[in-house]
Amino acid sequence: MGRLKTIARRSFLVGSVAVVGGVAFGIYTVRKPHENPLTAGAGEAVLTPYVRIAQDGITLITPRADSGQGAYHVQAALIAEELDVDLDQITPDPGPPSPAYWNTALAAEAAEFMVPAAGVMHDMAEGAVTSVMKVMGLQITGGSTTVPDQFDKLRHAGASARETIKALVSKREGVAIGDLTTRAGKVILPDGQEIPYTDLAADLADVEVVQDVPLREPSQWRYIGQPMQRIDMLAKSTGTQDYGIDAAVDGMVQATVLMNPAQGGGMADYDATEALSMRGVQAVVPITGGLGIVADNTWRAFRAAQAITVTWEAPSFPPEQADHWATLEAAFTPDAQDSRKRDDGDVDTALAEGDVLTAEYRAPYLAHAPLEPVNAIVRVDDDRAEVWTGTQIPRFIQANVSRITGIPADNVTVHALMMGGSFGHRLEDEVVKQATEIAMQMKGTPVKLALSREEDMLHDFPRQIAMARLRGTVANGQVAALDLGIAMPSVMASQLSRQNQSAPGPDSQIVAGAWDQPFAIPHQRVTGYRAPELAPISSWRSVGASTNGFFYNAALDELIDAAGADPLEERLRLCSDPLARRVLEAVAEMSGWSGIGGNGTGRGVALTKSFGVPCAQVIEVTGIDTGLRIDDVWVAAEVGRIVDPVNFENLVQGGVIYGLGHAMNSQITYAGGVAEQSNFDSNPGLRLSQSPRIMVRGLENGDRVLGIGEPPLPPAAPALAGAIWAATGMRLREMPFSKFLTFA
Amino acid sequence: MHLRINGTQHEVDVEDDMPLLWVLRDELGLTGTKYGCGIAQCGACTVHLDGVATRSCQVWAADAVGTEITTIEGLGAPGALTAVQAAWLTEQVAQCGYCQSGQMMQAAALLAENPQPGDPEIDEAMSGNLCRCGTYPRIRAAVQRAARLMQEG
Repeated sequence: MGRLKTIARRSFLVGSVAVVGGVAFGIYTVRKPHENPLTAGAGEAVLTPYVRIAQDGITLITPRADSGQGAYHVQAALIAEELDVDLDQITPDPGPPSPAYWNTALAAEAAEFMVPAAGVMHDMAEGAVTSVMKVMGLQITGGSTTVPDQFDKLRHAGASARETIKALVSKREGVAIGDLTTRAGKVILPDGQEIPYTDLAADLADVEVVQDVPLREPSQWRYIGQPMQRIDMLAKSTGTQDYGIDAAVDGMVQATVLMNPAQGGGMADYDATEALSMRGVQAVVPITGGLGIVADNTWRAFRAAQAITVTWEAPSFPPEQADHWATLEAAFTPDAQDSRKRDDGDVDTALAEGDVLTAEYRAPYLAHAPLEPVNAIVRVDDDRAEVWTGTQIPRFIQANVSRITGIPADNVTVHALMMGGSFGHRLEDEVVKQATEIAMQMKGTPVKLALSREEDMLHDFPRQIAMARLRGTVANGQVAALDLGIAMPSVMASQLSRQNQSAPGPDSQIVAGAWDQPFAIPHQRVTGYRAPELAPISSWRSVGASTNGFFYNAALDELIDAAGADPLEERLRLCSDPLARRVLEAVAEMSGWSGIGGNGTGRGVALTKSFGVPCAQVIEVTGIDTGLRIDDVWVAAEVGRIVDPVNFENLVQGGVIYGLGHAMNSQITYAGGVAEQSNFDSNPGLRLSQSPRIMVRGLENGDRVLGIGEPPLPPAAPALAGAIWAATGMRLREMPFSKFLTFA
Repeated sequence: MHLRINGTQHEVDVEDDMPLLWVLRDELGLTGTKYGCGIAQCGACTVHLDGVATRSCQVWAADAVGTEITTIEGLGAPGALTAVQAAWLTEQVAQCGYCQSGQMMQAAALLAENPQPGDPEIDEAMSGNLCRCGTYPRIRAAVQRAARLMQEG
């Protein structure tokens, strides 16, 4: 029942968007002919926007993009749960960009957090969708919303398709529907005769889809909650998985770009004489902010790019890193206040009455740096364009290619390809815009654009730079007051500006992972300060919480230490949310917590609730002769329902490692307007030798189904900082930690 | 020039200094070998030259002439998994999977040289291969499983 309540609430929030976009939420209206973007070929049937049945196979549409998080697998499993097909019988297809695949969960998040609620409700009542809703409600993969958004929708689609198939067989064979069963892609008649769905494809094309089929009870589930072999695992265990960078189109040329290394700066002049004389080089063409180099081989394009001399213009942001920090330091002012979403008790009085502890924290810019450099194939013809690329934002790509080429969006086809990682990087589409600009200058020829690692990292719109300031007091061995101010530029404003959109209202990401933490400190205030835009920035795995989870927990740790309390016991005492409490209790039990240790071995603990998921971690470190070694991490997270426990464990381990690796070893800094890190030598993240044991427990006590892609990241850095404090007495308030100590 | 790759002789017309990686990918369409960094920092392009795990982004095509080149396509296939691939599948190592060709090639070379590596040997052999998704705990488990599979024959 709890889930129904959630749906009702969300339906209310996104109600008119649902109508405007043609998407009904909750009990999902799975088929109305004008809404379904799929068209059936001869002899095949399209049952809902998610199920295509042909004589030669069953295709399930999995519109949320797969960047390695197993999105295709999880989406296919949700459809299969009701459709009664085996996962090795189906082919996943990300489908076309279409309003049918709007991410209503992300739209709901946007409505809740990004826009003053009254305004949204007013706009919705008027049927006028705000620009933010328009943007955020599109076919976007992000915010750990794939499972929350699709958990019911896809099962409804599977159920409708199954009952439609049964209705056809019932009529054709003269058997009551109740006497038919389905299994492994077949309808089974009472006499044991089996009819494969694929044999019914031609007849199914003409039948009305059965609507409003009740979903199965969890006790009947065959897939959800069970360990499965991910549908892409065989290909990815044999090197046979194709990614965007492996895609080939007949007649294509290989291209790369040479962009102003100072992100966003223009190009004054260039000389490509030498490059044009090099073997295999076909063209050097100007594009916005740089040059496209076209050749017959990627390496020849890379090499030619290095032979071009260019006079670049200065970027629009401060060229030196110190100026970025100075901008943040100056942003803690009433004029720059963006939000104060939490103000409990009487913070000012509490601070006036106690000994005030103060501290300042910093988190650097960070590149996303998925291992596959970004790439795209674009072909532009007179009246249509075609794009092949790995992306989380297919609808934006469609719109941008349309804008650049003047070709109507309906004539822009986007093929979404498997991504070799993203972490938020593929929420940007500069590479598609660049490929389109090149392809415009050689119409009819497919242009495959691949960036070199250096081009990619130098232009990787990084994670926000951020600072926080703490003032707090303790009393009677307890935390009494916590006043945390957080300053950063707005990620949403920077990111949306590249899609020609504005982000009205406060940016909740400035305080995400801090303002809404489940700790009932008597006097507690969290204030967000919006620094002016600096280097262009973008959503990086867990977004605001990636910096703020560190700030909040580190601040809490300092107060707990001042109070003379145990960091886990005091968190438990303060915890105001029963689900979060159980997560803390889980890591205490898993780790056998008995205090922070000392004498060379130390333990830290942190809990961050982000994307609705409370995630706690205990980390243990030991000082050895080569430095500090991270031995063990115990993690627990509450997600309501785990679709696939194997994939869940893998994603949690990966999130911890992504969080630790960057907290320890990585940053992006600017000098002369150019990022000083352009490859993995200067920006290494974590390697296997530094990777700890990671024990994972997923909890399913809550009634909301939530995603796990991002929540494991924010607690990793502060739990490590706590462990370092316990082991060494060093209180680290700035990332990366390797600036201050050596890791083994 | 002639290159012997996965037991087959290929004739290619490329510059001497074209990295083997780009000969494989762009000239021969063997795209299982991945480009990640171009400077031997990530290991995604790992192949075997005469059985030795080698970063193909750092090997000139001309220098690979006369060697036995093995790529991920030559290690095994979906219907005929080698021990390393079977272990990778059972442990469900991959997330995005982009680095895993190189990881498996590195692991196969390690196990050929040291059939029962301990954690320090695994650390040393595998730490040149980056995985941005953070599948390291599973990579470690898969290397150990592959070692067991090979012992069992």
